[in-house]
Amino acid sequence: MNILEVNNLTKDYGGFMAVKGIDFSVKKGEIFGFLGPNGAGKTTTINMLTGLTRPTSGSIILSGIDLVKNIKKAQGIIGIVPDESNLYDEMNGFDNLTFCASLYGMEKAKREKRAKELLEQFGLADTGKKPFKVYSKGMKRKLTIAAGIIHEPEILFLDEPTTGIDVESARQIRKLILSLNENGTTIFLTTHYIEEAERLCHRVGFIVDGRIVRLGTLDELMQEVQNEYTVQFTLEGGLLNVKEALKSQFSDYSVSVLGDNAVKIQSSSKVNLIPFIKFFEENNIMVYEAKVVRPSLEEVFVKITGIELEKMEKEKEGDRK
Amino acid sequence: MKSWIAFWNILMKDMKNYYLKPPNISWGIIFPFAWTLMFFLRSESAVDIKGILPGVMSLSVLFGTTSMLAVTITFERKSRSFERLLLAPISLNLLMLAKTTGAIFFGVLNALIPAIFASFVVDLSGINWMTAFLSVLLIAVTSTFLGLFISVSVSEVFEAQTFSNFFRFPMMFLCGLFIPIQNLPALLRPISYILPLTYGADILKTSINGDGFIAPWISFLVLLGFSLLLFLMSTHNIQKKWIY
Repeated sequence: MNILEVNNLTKDYGGFMAVKGIDFSVKKGEIFGFLGPNGAGKTTTINMLTGLTRPTSGSIILSGIDLVKNIKKAQGIIGIVPDESNLYDEMNGFDNLTFCASLYGMEKAKREKRAKELLEQFGLADTGKKPFKVYSKGMKRKLTIAAGIIHEPEILFLDEPTTGIDVESARQIRKLILSLNENGTTIFLTTHYIEEAERLCHRVGFIVDGRIVRLGTLDELMQEVQNEYTVQFTLEGGLLNVKEALKSQFSDYSVSVLGDNAVKIQSSSKVNLIPFIKFFEENNIMVYEAKVVRPSLEEVFVKITGIELEKMEKEKEGDRK
Repeated sequence: MKSWIAFWNILMKDMKNYYLKPPNISWGIIFPFAWTLMFFLRSESAVDIKGILPGVMSLSVLFGTTSMLAVTITFERKSRSFERLLLAPISLNLLMLAKTTGAIFFGVLNALIPAIFASFVVDLSGINWMTAFLSVLLIAVTSTFLGLFISVSVSEVFEAQTFSNFFRFPMMFLCGLFIPIQNLPALLRPISYILPLTYGADILKTSINGDGFIAPWISFLVLLGFSLLLFLMSTHNIQKKWIY
């Protein structure tokens, strides 16, 4: 059963088409990943789905409510966690949560009980009385997620939930996302960390240049690279000196040199390792490791969009700075 | 009922976070003192406290409300916490009323301070307090909605302050507080009549000293009209610029 149905959704900013007639649906209870490079239309789409931007055309049906015509009714069942922690600096964690609950009309006793539960669940009980401004980035993110779910929404929109925070906090947030989903919350996740989407999402949509270019379950998307074989060699070093010779000698393969001591070989058939090992031996380069790399969502993304992930992440970090 | 819970909590949050902060309370006290002192220096003699009271009260409300609202909304917009309010399931009109009620309350308090101080120095027994209170309330509502209109038109706090002055200073000099409108050059007189403070100050003059020259009911209607117009223009701008 679909909780969200989007049909022919378009946004035209006076001649600039940010979103070009996209169609997709989100099933109740799933984690849906929405991936794409900067400027692809992710934020515009999420803004249209939550009521911060008016669509130029198309329809959005959320839990049976026509979101375009009845946005305020729909907003009552939506939870939103923006890409920046936008709670109130002067207020403490507990007051921030109860204030957010009050925006959804929750009674005082109920919102205070729920705020206490969430502070406990998110490991913030000890800091609940401290002002938001003294929280670490990871704690701010967790509290912002707690604020997004305090009114128990049917669907939670999470925009880049782990960007810019430390590894441990990111790990905790991923666990929280999974546990929220296990408890029945549908999650719409945008992220530029493809491995995060691979780890969390049931289905994924790729948006590029305002159009959804691929949509499906992880298994369906992996079919795209199912017939590709990848082997990665880890070497002693000195690879850059023989880079061109390696590429010309093995022109049947796709050879990607990953610095001075690693190389990735891709092929549509199984890779015979012996000629490579001989090549490295002849060039006095010691081979430490040769491993078969399982196809990943990242490769699907790169194959479909032609966009290198490293570039995408650098762009995102640049935007934040 | 649910919307009113949100309304009340937005109002309380703003009162606690902005209006009842010590610097703002002290602003409310120092500002009327500064105005009284300015009039005193200008008169070079014993100051007519009751005569200047309508002016000090009007300007305290005007400056208090426009300064606070322009800053709070622009600041929340910049830190993106205002988005949280726009995404809440309450109507835009109710949301903006919640955001402005605190400033209106702050403006009324600002006007009461000079009145309280004046009561220690002069006899205020002849004042029509009901009309005076209503006029202060309407000046506060109009000035707050002017502050809202300004804050919706800019994106930075400093722009809000600069833009506020564009409205506040002409109002201050052309609303009849310093120079009676009848004594203004003929060219400037029409401008006085399109400034809301002219009407608010005139009701205050009538209720405090009995020397206003516009019928109070006309001034009340004009102020209500200004309030409605500024509020509608502000919400229209929000719909157009912030929910783009």
